[in-house]
Amino acid sequence: MLEAVDLECVRGDRPLFSHLSFRLKPGELMHVTGVNGSGKTTLLRTLCGLTHAAAGEVRWNGSTIHELGDDYRSQLAYVGHSNGIQGELTAEENLRAACLGTAADTTRIQETLKRLGLAPYRHFPSKVLSQGQKRRLALARLAILRKSLWILDEPLSALDVNSVVLMTEILMEHLARDGLIIMTSHQEIDVETKTILQIQLD
Amino acid sequence: MPNFLKAIGCLLRRDLTVALRRSTDVLTPLVFFIIVVSLFPLGLGPEPSVLRTIAPGVIWVAALLATMLSLNRLFANDHADGTLEQMALSPHPLTVLVLTKVAAHWMLTGLPLVLISPLLAVQMNLPESAMGTLVLSLLLGTPVLSLLGAVGAALTLGLRGGGVLVSLLVLPLYTPVLIFGAGAVAGVIAGIDIEAHFSLLAAFLALALTLAPWAAAAALRVSLD
Repeated sequence: MLEAVDLECVRGDRPLFSHLSFRLKPGELMHVTGVNGSGKTTLLRTLCGLTHAAAGEVRWNGSTIHELGDDYRSQLAYVGHSNGIQGELTAEENLRAACLGTAADTTRIQETLKRLGLAPYRHFPSKVLSQGQKRRLALARLAILRKSLWILDEPLSALDVNSVVLMTEILMEHLARDGLIIMTSHQEIDVETKTILQIQLD
Repeated sequence: MPNFLKAIGCLLRRDLTVALRRSTDVLTPLVFFIIVVSLFPLGLGPEPSVLRTIAPGVIWVAALLATMLSLNRLFANDHADGTLEQMALSPHPLTVLVLTKVAAHWMLTGLPLVLISPLLAVQMNLPESAMGTLVLSLLLGTPVLSLLGAVGAALTLGLRGGGVLVSLLVLPLYTPVLIFGAGAVAGVIAGIDIEAHFSLLAAFLALALTLAPWAAAAALRVSLD
């Protein structure tokens, strides 16, 4: 369970939001919306522990994420604005590197690449992939790492219609496995689940 | 902890693979090193005694500058494509991952300098008796340069003009290594006992190995904030 208590974030001297509290239970999805510059990315990075909150705290199963440290990070998968793909490496090598030695199961990598339509480009350096293909490769990491908390910043940007459908499927499977998802998106997301938390930043 | 070691192996292999596919990045410091050292005999004239006197200093200064030239490569590419962010969010201690990246950096920058140095030493008319000392001093010194450089590179990550700033930050820390590294080689030529030089170089290495990865990891977390 992920909990935010009285969270306040400041960028430079500009306060973005304050007194933000929510509680996200397994199997739930949180959809963060807001205009450009309203602090969506900052909120997501704060929840990851990359950015420090000006006030308040983030708790995972009751303990603050800074206490948990690596134990929290072992539950977390984050896909940010930048895809986290090294252009010189092939799709497969990128995924293997993202696993950092843990559970780098070759068959699972092959299956995921196939499912996301990246199998034909397996042996090309990732820098030749299109923007949408790179995005798919970044999202493939989620399926391979099998973490319980997914924090996704605009996961559907640059994706074509079919990929959006496929991604929605993957999100739903994750929720069905009692995973947690926090995502920002300007599009409506068509995910069937018991609970969707909506947070609007302004 | 096997997972932990697997992560180190995985990251090391990744960094080496990327570097091999971008071979110009690896060759630049090495070529710079060779060019700088080779220019001295041309500029000063081929007087053997003069060259022998300046050889330790010239080789060491060139090695130091070549290392500095490669520092922004250490984290900048990974920062730009977001892989550094992913590394910071991995369940392994960032300190160890930073140490692994520094090790890869040294293998691709420091080690080639060490290996090519005897050839340049011959060109600078360095006596044969000092050759071993030169290689050994570089072998102890260049890892220190990579480790200290990592702290500077991490602190200046994503800043405009980071290249100049990193030089200003790390140069004061590099000078002791330069003094005792070049001093050891000059000492052998002069026939002085150089045990103290090596002890100090080894002490710098031990100190840098314990403190620099930790400092660089902390600096990276600040830069990513």
